Amino acid sequence: MITVGIDVGSMTAKAVLLNDNEWLSVIRPTGCSPRQSAREAFDELLQEVGISTGEISHITGTGYGRIALDFIDNAVTEITCHARGAHYLVEGTDLVIDIGGQDSKVIRTDGQGNVIDFAMNDKCAAGTGRFLQVMASALGADVSELAVLSRGAEPVEISNMCTVFAESEVVSLLAQGVAKENIIAGIHRSVARRVAAMAGRLGTGSKVTFTGGVARNAGVKEFLAEELGAEINVVSASQLAGALGAALLAREMAKISLRRLDYG
Amino acid sequence: MRPETMRIVDDLRDQNILNLEHAKRENQKIVGMYCAYSPKELVLAAGALPVSLCGTRQEPIAAAEKILPRNICPLIKSSFGFAITDTCPYFRMSDYVIAETTCDGKKKMYEILKDYKPMHVLHLPQGTNRPGALKWWTDELYLLKDQLEENLGVEISRESLREAVKLVNKERLAMRKLHELNKVDPAPLSGMDMLTSLWMKGFNVDVEEGIELISQLAEEVEEIARQGASPFAAGTPRILLTGCPVGMGSEKVLRLLEECGGSVVCLENCSGFKAVDTLVDEDEARDPIEAIAEKYLQIPCSCISPNEGRFDLIDKMIDEYHVDGLVDLTWQACHTYNVEGELLNQYVKEKYDLPYLHLETDYSTSDLQQLQTRIGAFIELLNNRRKA
Repeated sequence: MITVGIDVGSMTAKAVLLNDNEWLSVIRPTGCSPRQSAREAFDELLQEVGISTGEISHITGTGYGRIALDFIDNAVTEITCHARGAHYLVEGTDLVIDIGGQDSKVIRTDGQGNVIDFAMNDKCAAGTGRFLQVMASALGADVSELAVLSRGAEPVEISNMCTVFAESEVVSLLAQGVAKENIIAGIHRSVARRVAAMAGRLGTGSKVTFTGGVARNAGVKEFLAEELGAEINVVSASQLAGALGAALLAREMAKISLRRLDYG
Repeated sequence: MRPETMRIVDDLRDQNILNLEHAKRENQKIVGMYCAYSPKELVLAAGALPVSLCGTRQEPIAAAEKILPRNICPLIKSSFGFAITDTCPYFRMSDYVIAETTCDGKKKMYEILKDYKPMHVLHLPQGTNRPGALKWWTDELYLLKDQLEENLGVEISRESLREAVKLVNKERLAMRKLHELNKVDPAPLSGMDMLTSLWMKGFNVDVEEGIELISQLAEEVEEIARQGASPFAAGTPRILLTGCPVGMGSEKVLRLLEECGGSVVCLENCSGFKAVDTLVDEDEARDPIEAIAEKYLQIPCSCISPNEGRFDLIDKMIDEYHVDGLVDLTWQACHTYNVEGELLNQYVKEKYDLPYLHLETDYSTSDLQQLQTRIGAFIELLNNRRKA
């Protein structure tokens, strides 16, 4: 059975095609049209495998853009999808930390991919991928190089959580002559602290998996491990956890409808 | 399926204003109130009409922010904004306003608002478990009685108080009955319709007429329940909504809960069940003012410390309404409900192992999408638990 999960985030649209235990993915920048970028990611995926829409049993959409999608069979929130996807990627995960473009979430699960409790940042970019991006541009760096640039650096204290204020803080630290790598390390630690505070309310997990685009940043991961006092699992596909979770849930939905058909 | 009577309820707002204008022309005195702690019985006993005042909409907040700080709760800003922009007909028509010191923001806001309308601010005790609390609150109600008599030029007799007590008790029983019909699974009345009827009721002019309408609605809902009908499919997760008050214009969380596939079966907040849970003692041997004071002091608002009554009421509601999950709504900058949320979170998780969602938001629509994700995930979680 072939199913597809589409995760339209604020920065990127991800599509995952799942066939038994094999899966393929496409990632595209969301840009200003979530619907179009999701569609393009989906079409590209079909083209790559050489199948038509008719051969797909079920398509589940997730992420902020999920409501804008007109080619999906159902929509599920990214919280439920990340929990499922993280369990698939790292079996037995019971705490998921998902930091995406505009959200950070902490999800406690039952160790089987089912959500028990969750916390999510307010309508503000503090502690998200967007925060890192703004800071990177203030530092004249690309967001993808932050971790490498700050490896082993001593973090300075970044006291502002607000993206706008933190940017001024970074500018003034630079003016004081503080080394770039120390500022970057400080930024990573401030993101980790923000998310760890959210996690604190949910209780600790025994197997923590870090998902979302920011999971690719080894600096944030390191400070998260320090703040949470736990080992953090990151896999190369961590950014795809949401779309993968959606594809897995799509498979469950398709099986339910198949059973109904058998019965009828 | 929606009760036919809801159509009358929907049109009540316009009708209420017409009725009020009519009463005003007949020289009927009108007293506006903001909060569940305002003792309606005293107003009725003074021969005046008690009405709720506006404070649940976003529109006048910008005007309020020209005078008040931005970072206080939307309810205070909305109430103040409605009053100073003269866009609340109930405020305009009020001869007198009753307010209370339920929180720091409100009590200081009233110090500004008192220049717009004659007003009395009741001083609440900080808690209910101190020996002097009831005596304090009774004295406060006596003070209000004096103020009403002086400002409205009337005398409030014991007899009229007793009559008012009976009438308002009857109203509470009618509201309680309507609420309690939702103990049936699936609920015969949607949370949105429940809110609409409770809220409209507050702006109602004639108490007897209001009781009749609510009773008519209850009868119809009872019949819907008897037929096993419901606006919800069997298995829809049942939600208890608690926290800050909700009205039309500030109903976004309740609406999203039901749009995302939940059924809000009961409202614990002060715009819901909290205010009708207990009655005033009708014992004629007692001082009616003290009996009224006793009832109002039992309202379990987060401004009371400690607020054990809220936990007791939630205990009762979780059990009686077969609740699958709790949603605790805090208006931004409402510190007392916000902090108490953590206690409630621990309480329901440890005692009942029930999912609990705390939402902090304001009246604006700017966070609808984030709320939709949180609420959607919460409903998915409840559905998952119901399946298991």
